[in-house]
Amino acid sequence: MSDAKPRTSAKICGMGHSMKRKEDPRFLQGKGNYIDDITLPGMLWLDIVRSPIAYGKIVNIDASKALEIDGVLAVLTGKDLEAYNLHWMPTLMSDTQMVLPTDTVMYQSQEVAGVIATSRYAAADGVAAVEVEYEPMKPVIDPFQALEDDAPVLRTDKEGQEDNRIWHWEAGDKEATDKIFAEADVVVREKMHVPRIHVASIETCGCVADFNPVEGHLTVYMTTQAPHAIRTVLALVAGHVGLSEEKIRVVSPDIGGGFGGKVPVYPGYVVAIAASVVLGKPVKWIEDRMENLQADSFARDYHMDAEVAADASGKIRALRIKTLADHGYSDAQAAPSKFPAGLFSICTGSYNMENAYAEVDAVYTNKPPGGVAYRCSFRVTEAVHCLERVVDTLAHKVGKDPATLREENFIPKEAFPYHSPLGWEYDSGDYQAAMDKAKEMIGYDDLRREQAEKRARGELMGIGVCSFTEVLGAGPSKDFDILGIKMFDSAEVRVHPTGKAIARFGTKSQGQGHETTYAQIIAEELGLPAAHVQVEEGDTDTAPYGLGTYASRSTPTAGAAGAMAARKIRDKAAKIAAHLLEVSEEDLEWEPGTFSVKGAPDKSVSIQDCAFAAYTNLPEGMEPGMEATNYYDPPNLTFPFGTYICVVDIDRGTGEVSVRRFVAVDDCGNIINPMIVQGQIHGGLTQGLGPALFEEIPYDEDGNNLAGSFMDYLVPTAVETPAWETGHTVTPSPHHPLGAKGVGESATVGAPPAIANAVVDALAHLGVTHMEIPIRPDRVWEILAAKGVAK
Amino acid sequence: MIPPQFDYHAPGSLEEALALLGELDDAKVMSGGQSLLPMLKLRLASPANIVDISRIPGLDSITETASFLRIGALVTETALEESEVVAERYPILLDTARVIADPLVRNRATICGNVAHGDPANDHPATMMALRAQMVATGPDGERVIGVDDFFHGLFMTALEPGEILTEIRIPTPGSAGGGAGGNGLRSAGEQSGGAYIKLERKVGDYAVAGAAVQLTLDDSGKVARAGVGLTNLGMAPIRATVAEEVLTGARLVARGGFRGAIDKMRDAITRAPDADEIINAAAQAAADATDPVADRRGSVEYKRNMARVLTARATARALTRAHTPAGG
Repeated sequence: MSDAKPRTSAKICGMGHSMKRKEDPRFLQGKGNYIDDITLPGMLWLDIVRSPIAYGKIVNIDASKALEIDGVLAVLTGKDLEAYNLHWMPTLMSDTQMVLPTDTVMYQSQEVAGVIATSRYAAADGVAAVEVEYEPMKPVIDPFQALEDDAPVLRTDKEGQEDNRIWHWEAGDKEATDKIFAEADVVVREKMHVPRIHVASIETCGCVADFNPVEGHLTVYMTTQAPHAIRTVLALVAGHVGLSEEKIRVVSPDIGGGFGGKVPVYPGYVVAIAASVVLGKPVKWIEDRMENLQADSFARDYHMDAEVAADASGKIRALRIKTLADHGYSDAQAAPSKFPAGLFSICTGSYNMENAYAEVDAVYTNKPPGGVAYRCSFRVTEAVHCLERVVDTLAHKVGKDPATLREENFIPKEAFPYHSPLGWEYDSGDYQAAMDKAKEMIGYDDLRREQAEKRARGELMGIGVCSFTEVLGAGPSKDFDILGIKMFDSAEVRVHPTGKAIARFGTKSQGQGHETTYAQIIAEELGLPAAHVQVEEGDTDTAPYGLGTYASRSTPTAGAAGAMAARKIRDKAAKIAAHLLEVSEEDLEWEPGTFSVKGAPDKSVSIQDCAFAAYTNLPEGMEPGMEATNYYDPPNLTFPFGTYICVVDIDRGTGEVSVRRFVAVDDCGNIINPMIVQGQIHGGLTQGLGPALFEEIPYDEDGNNLAGSFMDYLVPTAVETPAWETGHTVTPSPHHPLGAKGVGESATVGAPPAIANAVVDALAHLGVTHMEIPIRPDRVWEILAAKGVAK
Repeated sequence: MIPPQFDYHAPGSLEEALALLGELDDAKVMSGGQSLLPMLKLRLASPANIVDISRIPGLDSITETASFLRIGALVTETALEESEVVAERYPILLDTARVIADPLVRNRATICGNVAHGDPANDHPATMMALRAQMVATGPDGERVIGVDDFFHGLFMTALEPGEILTEIRIPTPGSAGGGAGGNGLRSAGEQSGGAYIKLERKVGDYAVAGAAVQLTLDDSGKVARAGVGLTNLGMAPIRATVAEEVLTGARLVARGGFRGAIDKMRDAITRAPDADEIINAAAQAAADATDPVADRRGSVEYKRNMARVLTARATARALTRAHTPAGG
């Protein structure tokens, strides 16, 4: 369980070293290269006219006044795109969505027309001058009403669509689960909503589309987490107008946060591309913040009804969850094809139980399409919130401390690899170790004593526990694909004659620090200093094909590919070393960076010597050069886990919740860069704090977005964020070449229930068993007032 | 987020600015621009002309005379936060400046702009009411002084006439006639005053869910000689809670000798009068009764009324604590 000492020296800086991030000098000096930094000669601007209403017919679009504005060149509508059959596009879930409407708008802020102008200012004036006449219709906003018999059918464009149901998904043995519930000593139940939220990355979405009419070649610089997949989608969608895959280059430059929101294709990208193709000039489109919040894919929006069956002592026997998923106007999530409800079936979590059954029904409503996996490996956040909340309810019901109840239900470490009732094979785990460490770090028993004293004085203090199991690193080709493309990832490593290297990957960093982490993986395997390894991603003309970065998959897939490619190079280097040292390969010993002769350690050559020889002094018959590629198809996902404990104090006057302490103990297997992992945890915890206490995108009954700017979409700042206390245990993945697991999303998943559980715990003696997130002060105060304890 | 077209004017003197306002149609005065620019970018406002007064010399000083603290039109929130005289003698102003937006905004935003904008969600108006401030409006015919009670007319509406600029805010000094919190009597020898502004916000930089400004002046026997109570974002205009002020005025909130032994750093050590909490709660309830909030994302009407009560009680307690400190304020 203890941290292994790094195998490499500080000079080589392989795994386990907190190397400073190689990308930071350019970011910290403002020298990054983001989409809006790209300016091409003759570039035009696109700005977008958006619908003020949630649902209605377009009666007329009058662009005449816009076209009178100096600098406005064209106004593109759905009818214009229809001429090229580009007015519709597929989503990554094989649903469809409009690029621009020809007759009906389906959600507020939907793209209605594109204004092309010679400056950003003229384009904005043009947008204000386009006059659109609508005939509003009564929208369907409530997903439960969407399923009622008298609800209007929204997707009349889809043949055979007779109601607003998109799909039904289920997992587990319903009959066996129902039987356990019928005979169980104790059944607890909570209904909860994990509300619609938004990734709100600091950089909004945008692109520069540059079509060269002479070559018939399209270059798109765009904010995408998955450039290769996007290129393939573009070729599939626009092949009929002459854009075949070899003539498309997608470049993803520096990205200012993605979090899943930069996986989908948004209409703005397509309109910019269409405009560039039609006008033969580069066209730039950059969303503003309100467009980003109001129209881009949302996350979450799961209404869950969860039940746990247990024996009288609190031993969990079964779990049953019924869910309604509000997808808005189109199923525009970016989950693997066979997983319409993502990896929701991880919902049995860290607990050993006899059986489980989960079902999800997805519905259409008049809201923006989605939902993306916001810093979450496809619906894991929803699953963990649901389970960790209802497990607390069980603890209160049977009168057990919530930490104790969890410990008594943990899957024991001897049980790994563990087969969950809903079909996962958990690769490894030691849940009690993480719990023990978290309790020790926070001083759990002392806190419980303090809580009892405060409660006696009328003060409200709560302690919340969450012991989550994550499922990361999609994924094995037998189950995981997007639009049929298997979810492998790739690395291409080339060592130059002087012993320096370039490594290219199929993923795309959006701030995760790939340039550092990947270099350290190569350093670990080849013994080259990480400082000498240049990492590149994001250009489809140069990088190997991969599915991109989301779902914490980069280290589990592309990182593994990097290790495997480096090992191929090391194998070749060993042959060269044997040649240089005039011994047989079997007589060599390897320590990072050096081959030496067994028993004669002074006879040695460095990896750099081998690299030079690969170009200058080869064994006879060997192919020159030092280069290798690996496409890595992981045998399983990785299952990181952790225990989070949170302490809150509640102001009885205002209902404000103050997070006094938060301890996060994570286990992501072997750690490549401890500082980067800690940074990931800090960021993830803050993005878990947001939805727990602040963030939500609600709609009124007319479909108006009530949190469409940062005035009302409340992203926590440093002021609201507590001083996170982090710790870790190490349970290596048995199947990953480096023993590593994903980590980018654990904290986003684990934090919300820890915080919610703490607030409920503070109020539990008043009979409160559940609170919906975000836990706003006014909601807390209403409970305090109803219970007669508001000051 | 691109503003519509407008003509921009940057006069170099107050006379020039007033002349421009007289000549131009549909002109709007801009000082720090921190309220106006977002409205332009959202295309909620589209004036044909903007008269930027930020380059006019001589309007950026904070000075204290025998009667008034005088805050010029171009004094920024940051300047107020960094002012020694404000920190020592007007902590309620520091409380207020510090909870407005964020440091980037406060570097540009002006106190006079915050008041002249006429937004009941802004924080300074409530404090100015508690302090009985006077607004100096300069127009083509010279200066006129408007009492704070007559200044705010409703949402984005003030007593300022078209062509007038709010050039100065005057706050009565704690020792002067009307000092600290209104009333007309001269300060007697043992008088102490103190004030506090408390804002409830959903996150830092947010507009207030509710805010309460309370300024108290105690006579040498510890009785409240004068009280000022102002409320933020609880109606269509900033609210002065006059009934709450009446409840507090004349009340003895500190036990006899209660100040003795209460050293600066132990502010809670003030011994309150036996019925102080009762009086404070009655005043706080009166403040809540004076509000007329609307339900929105910040909470229900009931919640906001109760927050007016809770914050008024807390601000009163803090003002009371500060009233005993030697620096006054």
